[in-house]
Amino acid sequence: MSAATNRTRDTSGLGVARAVAFVSPALLLIGLFLVFPALWTIYIGLTNYTLTGPASVAPAFVGLENFLGALDDALFGNALWLTLVFVLGSAVLGQNLLGFGLAWVLRSAKPVVRRVVEALVLLAWILPSVVVAYLWTAVLDRDGGTLNALLGNESTAWLVEYPMASLIVFNTWRGTAFSMMLYSSALAAVPPSQLETARTVGASGWQTVRDIVFPHIRGHVLTNTLLISLWTANDFTPFLLTAGGPNHESETLPVFIYQQAITNGELGYSAAISFLLLIVNLVVALLYLLLLRRRS
Amino acid sequence: MTFHAMLRRTLYTVLIAALLAFFAIPMLWLASAPFDSDPGVGLRWPDWTLDNWRITFEHPYALGSLLNSIVLCAVATLVTTVLGTLASYALSRVRIPGRDALLYVLLLLSSVVTGTAAMVPIFVMMFQLGLINSQYATGLVIAGGMLPAAIFILKDFIDSVPRSYEESARVFGASPGQVLLHVVLPVARPGIATIMVWAFVQAWGNFLLPFLLLRDVSGQPAAVLLRTLKDEGGSANLTVIPVFSLLYAIPVVALYLFVSKRYGFRFHGGIKA
Repeated sequence: MSAATNRTRDTSGLGVARAVAFVSPALLLIGLFLVFPALWTIYIGLTNYTLTGPASVAPAFVGLENFLGALDDALFGNALWLTLVFVLGSAVLGQNLLGFGLAWVLRSAKPVVRRVVEALVLLAWILPSVVVAYLWTAVLDRDGGTLNALLGNESTAWLVEYPMASLIVFNTWRGTAFSMMLYSSALAAVPPSQLETARTVGASGWQTVRDIVFPHIRGHVLTNTLLISLWTANDFTPFLLTAGGPNHESETLPVFIYQQAITNGELGYSAAISFLLLIVNLVVALLYLLLLRRRS
Repeated sequence: MTFHAMLRRTLYTVLIAALLAFFAIPMLWLASAPFDSDPGVGLRWPDWTLDNWRITFEHPYALGSLLNSIVLCAVATLVTTVLGTLASYALSRVRIPGRDALLYVLLLLSSVVTGTAAMVPIFVMMFQLGLINSQYATGLVIAGGMLPAAIFILKDFIDSVPRSYEESARVFGASPGQVLLHVVLPVARPGIATIMVWAFVQAWGNFLLPFLLLRDVSGQPAAVLLRTLKDEGGSANLTVIPVFSLLYAIPVVALYLFVSKRYGFRFHGGIKA
């Protein structure tokens, strides 16, 4: 509706020229710090550019060597696998299930209880990542960590012995708020009469969720899963908790890229890996927008 | 109450209690350790003292880094809000050729080009330009990353400002600049305030970009210094870290409380707001 009026009348009296002038500064900044880096990654990824040494002064064009090298790099394969485990464990399963569970359970809770739980879940989401990394170090540390104190055990260094499991639990805690809020508003759209009917015919909770609720929120589940997967795959917080260790056991892709680029100075190689991450992000984001458009 | 109903009730209470514990226990450290005379890694009832606070304030970089954070966030927030408002107003009111495609690309960019995926080229670019350790440049980089989402959210707000206001102002001879300043901005204020708070919180919490681009400890914002405190001298500085974590986290929590109280907590198309 507004599109039609827009085409015929320019109520603000801006005019196209002035409008372009208004948009340009923002586009310049976006072009400089978002579009250009994304495109430049492709070029850097085709060179042997390094942070130090001869190739830092005069990088040579090496074609697809970095990409072919990645295929043979066991550490890259490892990072890819760990990222997959991290995304499946903490986003697709962890945040999704806990987020839905919270939204479902809190529906029937007392308002006070509901507000307190929601506030805590949200707090976990909004606290800065460096702070939550310390909070979880305090929980998982071997000497005097809260978890060991609760279990009465003094010998498990969780972040060292079970780094991926620790990261998955951590990221579930960290990111569930988004899924919880999304499913809360999705559940509010399920017709109460259908839930009432399910109760009168004596359907169990699980049957109600599967047969009544799920068909209503299927679209939300799909888009939510895509979004939280994208965020989780790009999350740099694992670096703050384990820095990829011990011995690359928790080196997800973002940490791998950082280690290759800054610690090892392999800028060309890490740019090639970044490009692959960009492509995956692009595919997921396009799929997300496609689904969103089809739903509306 | 039947036995079955009682069992259900009990299970429900246990479940809620377990969820509460899972989310609350990690946070309690932030309430106890800053005030404990012998702060450990883990959680315990503190032996109350305020000495940690004195030691933190005397730390050579602690307060300075909070100041650095403020400078960095001020640059990023101001640039994002001003440029974002100008752009979204023009995009909302004028049908620039290719506008819809531009908006679509902006939406894609905001989620595709993440800090992680772009860290290598951004680092190389700033390195070659000699802008490593420049707070203003880092602020601009952060603003560039936030702008697409900001424009998107702001356009939503400005779209909902009735055009009839502008028409009447035009009839009375107001210039386009006056219309924007005196008609549109006051009406879109909740949206602009939301974006300011959102941008500030995002920039305040951003770790990766300042960590990459600000290598000199005296120029580091709180997010990076907090990390530096861990590696300083080989072991974590447990006197300063808890206090500093709390100091650093308070503005974020306060701003969220302010926004949710004033405008209601809402989130826009998957963007943390």
